[in-house]
Amino acid sequence: MSGYRLAAPHGAWIDRSRALRFDFNGVDVKGFAGDTVASALLGQGIGHIGRSFKLHRPRGIFSCGLEEPTGLVDIGVGRYRTPNTRATDIAAADGMTAKTGNAWPSLGLDLAAINNKFAALMPAGFYYKTFMWPDWHLFEPAIRRMAGLGVAADGPDPDRYDEVSQQVEVLVIGAGAAGMQAALSAAQSGRQVLLLDSGPRPGGWLASQSLRSEANSQQRLDELTRLVAAAGVSLRVNCTVLGLYDHQLAVALETVNDGTVRERLWKIRAERIILATGAIERPMLFPDNDRPGVMLASAVERYATHFGVACGKRIVISTACDSGYDVAASLNAAGIEVAAIVDSRETNGRAAPMGVKVFLDSSIVAVSGSRAINSVTVAANRGGDAQAIAADCVASAGGWTPAVNLHSMAGGKLRWNDVASMFVPDLPLKGIESVGACAGAFELELALEHADATGRGNATPAPVGGLGIVPARNTPTLAALSTLGRRPGKIFVDLQNDVSADDVELAARENYRSVEHLKRYTTMGMATDQGKTSNINALVLMGELTERKPAEVGTTKFRPPVKPVTLNALAAGRTGERYRPLKRMPGHAWHETHGGLFEEFGGWLRPAAYCQNSEEVIPAAEREALHVRTHVGIFEGSPLGKIEIYGPDAAAFLDLMYVGTMSTLAIGQARYGLLLREDGVIFDDGIVARLGEQHFWINTTSGGVDRVALAFEEWQQCEYANHRVLITPVTSSWGNVTVSGPKAWKLLAAAGFDESLAPPNMKHMTMREVAYGGVKIRLMRASFSGELGYEINLPALHTQSLLQRLSEVGREFDAKPYGIEALMVLRTEKGFLHLGADTDGTTLPGDVGMDRGIAKKAANFVGRRSLLRPVALDADRMQLVGLLPADRTSRLPTGAHIVTKNPPAPIDGFVTSSAYSGVLGMPVALAMLKRGFARIGETVTLYHLGRTLRAEVVKTPFFDPKGERLEG
Amino acid sequence: MMQLQCPWCGRRPENEFHCGGTTAIVRPPIDCSDEVWGNYLFFRKNPKGLHAERWRHTFGCGQWFNIVRDTVTHEVGAVYGITEAQPRAVDP
Repeated sequence: MSGYRLAAPHGAWIDRSRALRFDFNGVDVKGFAGDTVASALLGQGIGHIGRSFKLHRPRGIFSCGLEEPTGLVDIGVGRYRTPNTRATDIAAADGMTAKTGNAWPSLGLDLAAINNKFAALMPAGFYYKTFMWPDWHLFEPAIRRMAGLGVAADGPDPDRYDEVSQQVEVLVIGAGAAGMQAALSAAQSGRQVLLLDSGPRPGGWLASQSLRSEANSQQRLDELTRLVAAAGVSLRVNCTVLGLYDHQLAVALETVNDGTVRERLWKIRAERIILATGAIERPMLFPDNDRPGVMLASAVERYATHFGVACGKRIVISTACDSGYDVAASLNAAGIEVAAIVDSRETNGRAAPMGVKVFLDSSIVAVSGSRAINSVTVAANRGGDAQAIAADCVASAGGWTPAVNLHSMAGGKLRWNDVASMFVPDLPLKGIESVGACAGAFELELALEHADATGRGNATPAPVGGLGIVPARNTPTLAALSTLGRRPGKIFVDLQNDVSADDVELAARENYRSVEHLKRYTTMGMATDQGKTSNINALVLMGELTERKPAEVGTTKFRPPVKPVTLNALAAGRTGERYRPLKRMPGHAWHETHGGLFEEFGGWLRPAAYCQNSEEVIPAAEREALHVRTHVGIFEGSPLGKIEIYGPDAAAFLDLMYVGTMSTLAIGQARYGLLLREDGVIFDDGIVARLGEQHFWINTTSGGVDRVALAFEEWQQCEYANHRVLITPVTSSWGNVTVSGPKAWKLLAAAGFDESLAPPNMKHMTMREVAYGGVKIRLMRASFSGELGYEINLPALHTQSLLQRLSEVGREFDAKPYGIEALMVLRTEKGFLHLGADTDGTTLPGDVGMDRGIAKKAANFVGRRSLLRPVALDADRMQLVGLLPADRTSRLPTGAHIVTKNPPAPIDGFVTSSAYSGVLGMPVALAMLKRGFARIGETVTLYHLGRTLRAEVVKTPFFDPKGERLEG
Repeated sequence: MMQLQCPWCGRRPENEFHCGGTTAIVRPPIDCSDEVWGNYLFFRKNPKGLHAERWRHTFGCGQWFNIVRDTVTHEVGAVYGITEAQPRAVDP
């Protein structure tokens, strides 16, 4: 292949005054602003771009758009590298680096090309059949090295990406002639219209016809462009719709590269969507049709019109469609030599340009040259003598495939058109219509009329046709092939995946019938191009081999994205910390100054512990826990879930929600409660306090508040709508500072809390609304540590200053902050339940000893009936018990299995929580154990990572069983 | 992503809502058989076609409401109050 740049003024899309240069595999490539990577390479005569996926055959640029199967390059270096990018779809930029992905050690000398010599040994399904024994994984690494395409980036992508949502009345996808007309007509009838095009300029097919003076296309295009702008249509170019989703949602990717944002993802909701996505040319199939220099005819034409690039010095057109003749006329007008037109049909619909030889009823049967073409061999379909024609480029025009991807993704059906041999949209969808070539309308005037009517909202059936009669079959006859007198070369159906006509035939012979199975068996239609240029040829071939019409064979399912998309564009900046932003507590800064080691707990950033010097978390937590037992600790519990319940039926409603009875609470009193799902499983717990006759304060777990509020709302609105209740989640409005330890009240008294709140005056499990320092607070006496405890709930913005004041006053009492890990030690010593640690998706209240009083309760609370199911009454259920190491020194790891015989064997239970108790001087643990309540005093065997341990089953709490420390 | 017509807030994208599954399932009394309770807890029809289901406009007004949705085409027919009966002869 020996492409070259045509003289000015050819090349409507390039700016010859702005030269640029970039590096391709170490070669300095010169181009102009407006060039794609592909057009610049072709303009410099570089035709050999890469090596094929499996056989490592030389491959070149095949198309001029996003359907490109072979012209794949890696763009950029290091972290900026984007692999397997279509050279035809990437704007050339000054200083960029483009590299071939799949060639080792270099493109010219690809050692893996030896695969091609053994091609006959590597048919479809080769890997499945060959590498079965003894194990595929033995072979996989080597095969992965050999196969595949580009190389991924070295690290996190440093580029910026963006996402925008948009609502429009009418979205028109594709700014070719039909799309522009539809957009114009919609705008003229008063609609707000957005028009998108995947290319850098509008015009589509019409823009590529400007070389043929008789087509008058440039004037028509200029006129349409002017009218569209005047009608107020907003046009966005370089923006490809990747997929259509429910209710007219289009997701589009815009290439921006403005120095700040690389790509922008658009989520566009439209009342109506008009598809004008055009058509993709269908290549002719002939031996060695994969050689660099064999290209789609429309691409050869576009390189000439848009970029002023001749793809070869002598071009042969292989066609089965009248559009091949139009391309010949364009090339002729640009002064590019067309050596011949090889038409597989017996008659042609259009005349060839003067002086161009036409071979009717003939096919190409051989292509000579490996990395570049030097000639093609033509033979009559009936046989006879073959004739060689010197040429360096073959323009292949086998008909057209309407780009029905989006129609199909939206659930639209397809219909096979026998005349033009293509699938067209069947009935239009609700809110989604197709116009122009993607609807099968190839006759310009009729297509424009139809687009106009559609744009105005008067949908009529699309005028399918305009290509004349195009045969489905695109392969040379056996008679033509036999003229070679030797075995013909491989005919490639899918250039990207190295799937040949032989592979399709083999699949048919092995009784593959479904086109979906054909795809998976041969890999036809997979990877970056998704078979845009190969699917129709493959299914026609499959139909021939299995004696079925293409309509019966059908297409594979179209799925988004229409073209490969950078994962980062989909993430649109939601990476790293922004992937799931963590909540910070109102006292965050105070914890920082006190050396808090922050970790994530249920979406909150909280101090796990306050490590001193080089202390590890666990020893720090043990020290903090012991300090709470002996002195006083300060803890921020702001993430604790808080919900307020108001209304005349609040008490009755809570009786329906909780296992316990809340309606009997006196004002100011608080009670622990368990929440169940309707299937009886524990799903949250916490304290309920009554603030007034019709007003309750609810604490939930920190991680569970959203689902508790959701469940309450669902029950209230859907099942107990007659209960007059308001449910208000207030977690983030209230801070929570907890003071625990024998000196807790001493600290609060010194900090100015009123004597009426002292332990004898304010009872455990009560809540008071009082003023402190002029701020209204809700003070609760409760304890998750077993020590005297006050939970101070206050407006969130005062949390920081309260923590500050308590730590200043607290110096006198050696008050120290304690973190989540210390809290876990304290509550384990007390045997208090920690939801999600001691319970799982099967735990019922009886399993944790919390089913007392249910029988006496009146309300049919959520989950109650499920506690009577046979599974709930099973005597073998696991129950929560305490464990002490038999030697009183070995720690019992969380997750350790309680076993009766050596694993693998069914287990008797498992350790759910474990801690070293400083105050007891030994490790303690909680465990779920089969029939556990009846096994107190037993010694059991624990198995953990190959180690066995002995432990004694004991009652909890481990510490202060009588609860005497609650009073300080 | 669908768009749903919240009776209070109007047409909004699906990700503002939370689907609560089949609507108007009657909660059996406490003295029902295990089989009746089991059916209530675990068994749903999962129809291909029209399905009456409840949704909550979680990131909006927080209200539950009912819709009839075609599970094949995602077309939404009737939208009605959470305690209202399903309108008859709904043809989306």
